[in-house]
Amino acid sequence: MSVDNPRAREKEFPDVDGAVSKQTWVDRAYELFDNKKIRNSSLLGLAAVVLLIPTFGGNYVMEIFTNAFFYMVLCLGLNIVVGYAGLLDLGYAAFFAVGAYTTGILTAHFGMNFWLTIPFSVLFSAMAGIIIGGPTLRLRSDYLAIVTLGFGEITRITARNLEITGGASGLIGIDRPELFGLRLYQIQHFYYVFFVLVIIAIFVAVRLHHSRLGRAWQYIREDEDAAEAMGIDRVKFKLYAYIIGAVFGGVAGSFFAVKMTAISPQTFLFTQSAMILLAVVLGGMGKIPGMIVGAFVLVIFPEVFRAIGDLRMLFFGVVLLVIMLFRPQGIWPERRS
Amino acid sequence: MSTFDIILQQLINGLLIGSFYSLVALGYSMVYGIIMLLNFAHGDIYMAGAFVAFVMLAVVSPVLGAGWLGIVAAMIASMFLVGLLGVFIQRVAYRPMLGAPRLSILITAIGVSLVLYNSVMAITDGEFQAFTTDLGFAGVDVGSVHITYTQIILVVATAILMISLNWFISKTMYGKAMRAIALDKDACRLMGINVNKIIALTFFVGSSLAAAAGTMAGVYYGSIHFFMGFVIGLKAFTAAVIGGIGSIPGAMIGGLVLGLLEAAGTQLPFIGSEWKDVFAFGLLILLLVFRPTGILGKTEIERM
Repeated sequence: MSVDNPRAREKEFPDVDGAVSKQTWVDRAYELFDNKKIRNSSLLGLAAVVLLIPTFGGNYVMEIFTNAFFYMVLCLGLNIVVGYAGLLDLGYAAFFAVGAYTTGILTAHFGMNFWLTIPFSVLFSAMAGIIIGGPTLRLRSDYLAIVTLGFGEITRITARNLEITGGASGLIGIDRPELFGLRLYQIQHFYYVFFVLVIIAIFVAVRLHHSRLGRAWQYIREDEDAAEAMGIDRVKFKLYAYIIGAVFGGVAGSFFAVKMTAISPQTFLFTQSAMILLAVVLGGMGKIPGMIVGAFVLVIFPEVFRAIGDLRMLFFGVVLLVIMLFRPQGIWPERRS
Repeated sequence: MSTFDIILQQLINGLLIGSFYSLVALGYSMVYGIIMLLNFAHGDIYMAGAFVAFVMLAVVSPVLGAGWLGIVAAMIASMFLVGLLGVFIQRVAYRPMLGAPRLSILITAIGVSLVLYNSVMAITDGEFQAFTTDLGFAGVDVGSVHITYTQIILVVATAILMISLNWFISKTMYGKAMRAIALDKDACRLMGINVNKIIALTFFVGSSLAAAAGTMAGVYYGSIHFFMGFVIGLKAFTAAVIGGIGSIPGAMIGGLVLGLLEAAGTQLPFIGSEWKDVFAFGLLILLLVFRPTGILGKTEIERM
């Protein structure tokens, strides 16, 4: 096996471009993770560190990690659409908005228990996925990009103009949830809640990837026409990808709403969608560890570069360009044979 | 205001906004037609055009004044410089990606867009800049509707630009080469056409037109902002799709149609101007569902 001797594979392998590129030491390091023992022990170590962070890290550290967990869920969701099914979605913030507003409205206006709003979030974000995906999935990929962008804007503008969503100032005073009698309000509460959410998201994403559905997506991504010829209904499977991606976003949105206790249309700008997409591309489309790394970089980066202030986004754009030009497959890409 | 006045007023608004859409849509359509790239940064090129013209106007106004003479000089300078910017972007960001999958190249375009508007944001501190001119509000009155000379001249200027472009594309050798590349790049290489040069030229022309639109928008609205390109980029793409993407007359018609529809849309009951963008995007989605080839687009046969 290649794992026993990573150097044996130090041959050229085709990357995403179909072009041929040298395998770098980074890729060889990742191959270590193919070994079950190494992978499991490092994952356990990682989980232990993450679980122990609240005992020695301050509120600032926990806040950053909670934020990173949140983006991990979003990235894992968008990855289903972009990475697994190969569809570009530039309006992912719309799903996240649907979830956040569903929870916000149901708890603030109707006094519903937070946990009961989650099924509604799932329902509404799935519906949003169908509404966006249904008419557009037959389109060419770049049309799809613009349409999803348009839908993202429509969602945001609608949220800004409606009364029930609180207009431009948004919803405030969303109630904190209770869990087994414990009221979740401190940062370490949310830290653990979001951590559990990430674990669930990873589990679902892994299971999906190895399912019949996951294989169908992969087939569609690699060659739509061949997939169709093999009897895969491409529109149907693409729609599933959209719906499942939307539900990830919706659920993450619900938790976001109760963590922040206030949401406004400003949270769901196009930049938000672009950032999530950026993390997915940065991490390496289609690969779960890539999503974790991508989301983490996305959150850490602005914190580390806080000193350069407004130039952060500019720098981010440059980084994105450099990555696309020199490592288009991302930090931790999926290996393709 | 009588019904006639309202119609006239909205007609003028629609024509003006439509001209800006058309000019930006042309750049989208040309680039898409020639290398199948959806140049996401095109809206930001328009924004850059407005800002370069703003700076140029400040440079030339002591000599030429901030009247039409100064504005035309600033606009031409902006068209030239932003055209070069377009060529530079194409050279640095897009050309190395030409063989890459569509997703990668689209993301590259988003990266370019981020870099462009964030640089302008950093330079201007995110503030609105007042685009002051000496044009005033003189004009003609039709009923109770006041049409300024500025509005008339802007529409005429757009028409002149479009007619020249049409001439350039249909009558010159360069235009012929562009049309040939859109059909078959490899055959063009065999025929001795310098494909890379023509692609660069396409970016130059498209970016210049966007810069012209940006300058005009600055003159018309009186203020410019680093984020002004975002929505118009989306709208111009909508316009290009309405007209049939890849088609030059299509982009012109599409822009005007979208501008007029939008102006009409603001008068519909329940659709105030705050829903204007929703109206435009809704239109785009409906159009893509029912007639994805647009008004003048050709039906595309997917080849295996």
